[in-house]
Amino acid sequence: MLSTLRHYLSVYWVMLRNSLIREMSFKANFLLWILVEICWFTGQIVFIEVIYQYIDAIGDWTKWQMILLVATHQLISQIYQAFFYMNVANIPELIRTGKMDFMLMLPIDSQFAVSTKQFGLDNMVNGLVSAAIVAFSLNKLGIHPTLPQVLLYLGAIGFGVAIHYSVMFGLTTVSFWIVRAQGLISGYFNLFSLGRYPDVIFRGAIRFVFSWIIPVILVANVPARVLMNTFQGPVWIPLTQLVLSSVFVLAASRAFWKIALRQYTSASS
Amino acid sequence: MLSKYWKMFDVGLQNTFVYRWNFLLRSLFGLLPLAGTVLIWRAIFQESNASIKGYDYASMIWYFLLALLVDNLITPTEDEWQIASDIREGQINAFLVKPINYLGYRVSLYLSYRAIYTVVTILPVALVFLVFREYITLPSHAITWFFSALSLLMAAAISFLITYSVAMMAFWLLEISTLVFIIYSFEFFLSGHSFPLDIMPAWFQEVLRFVPFPYQMFFPIQVFTERVQGAALYQGLCIQAVWVFLMWLLAQTLWKRGVRKFQAYGG
Repeated sequence: MLSTLRHYLSVYWVMLRNSLIREMSFKANFLLWILVEICWFTGQIVFIEVIYQYIDAIGDWTKWQMILLVATHQLISQIYQAFFYMNVANIPELIRTGKMDFMLMLPIDSQFAVSTKQFGLDNMVNGLVSAAIVAFSLNKLGIHPTLPQVLLYLGAIGFGVAIHYSVMFGLTTVSFWIVRAQGLISGYFNLFSLGRYPDVIFRGAIRFVFSWIIPVILVANVPARVLMNTFQGPVWIPLTQLVLSSVFVLAASRAFWKIALRQYTSASS
Repeated sequence: MLSKYWKMFDVGLQNTFVYRWNFLLRSLFGLLPLAGTVLIWRAIFQESNASIKGYDYASMIWYFLLALLVDNLITPTEDEWQIASDIREGQINAFLVKPINYLGYRVSLYLSYRAIYTVVTILPVALVFLVFREYITLPSHAITWFFSALSLLMAAAISFLITYSVAMMAFWLLEISTLVFIIYSFEFFLSGHSFPLDIMPAWFQEVLRFVPFPYQMFFPIQVFTERVQGAALYQGLCIQAVWVFLMWLLAQTLWKRGVRKFQAYGG
């Protein structure tokens, strides 16, 4: 068990190093990708600035709490994108061009092989920018989180990354059945566009679906509330919900991948 | 003369039909941000019962429904990537020796794309309009329909020509995706995709008068909802026409310069 883990870590280390070397050979492109994210992020902050000129709070979310939420959302998606996005987004292309067959022949787990080839350093830089905005918002709010709160926040972010990964991995796995799957990737962005909104705006069926089945609402809201300590009840309830739902979507996406592979490998025989 | 472009439109229709699942998925998933938008504005209007710059909840929802419609009708989806790959992989050689205008060819394809896209997505969009039917307010003057159609047509021209011009950068750059996404972020926020631009501070709206983006979506919606009327309407339509011309000029200039650079390699 431990030796398998060590083996996978060493494989990952080699891929990480190759990916960084490649990235550093396109420096202008690297800087431009950072700029792309900053443009989109600025647009979201401007939206908050504009609407809070007309209101004081949405539910219990004040302006700087909202900014902290959006920055947390950005932080989680940037960490996800740094480690996995490019690889998962490439799955439809691997299938379309037949390169998937080579991935399946590798002597490592197929899901690991398709999920880990490239690393986005530019996303890591953007993640740091988001973390700085979280810290700035905390300062504006006059909140000084305790060490356990910070640790819980970081842990919750980890589970959020797992949810991002599972949802997009599940979506792109559909491309085993349909060619031209850009629509699936835009589906990932559309789903998580719900995740930067405060939890209080969701009601009824939408709230149920997006907190329990595809838990995008929990991803940023739970860590943000942990950090600001704004939960009504005990903190362990939403944290447990986050952990359980991320384990569930991760397991579900893996099961779906296995099913897809089974019908894919039997297709040509 | 036009018949060859009609033929291309027809071939475009047939080729694009393989994308129908992709289009359907795209439009179905595209409804999720609308759900988020509706929910956040409902929450906002619950906090402030007063209207926001003349919008109440109903007219705000109507604005976003129209934005969805305009987006589905005119926003180019994959054109820039195809044009860039035509350039990178030398497909444009075929157009340099044939009596076919590349811009005309791309316009034909764009129109056939939009036609298929509209047909595939008409059901989900109609369903959304049905769900929110109580917020629909049609224009009170018949002539507004004409001005809206005119404005929408020019908005389509501006959107397409911007996409085309950005794709022309493939003559000079190996990778255009960063550029595409930067321009796209400007188009998204400054065309009124994420909120109606007239709720912005006045100074910002002054700045917006000097960029083409509001004329890609916000202005046609203003025309249709009759929030812009009389002299301002005619002035707006004229400015929009000027933007169409400027974007066309930009597209043609970039194409000519690009082709010159492209041919220099072979010489």
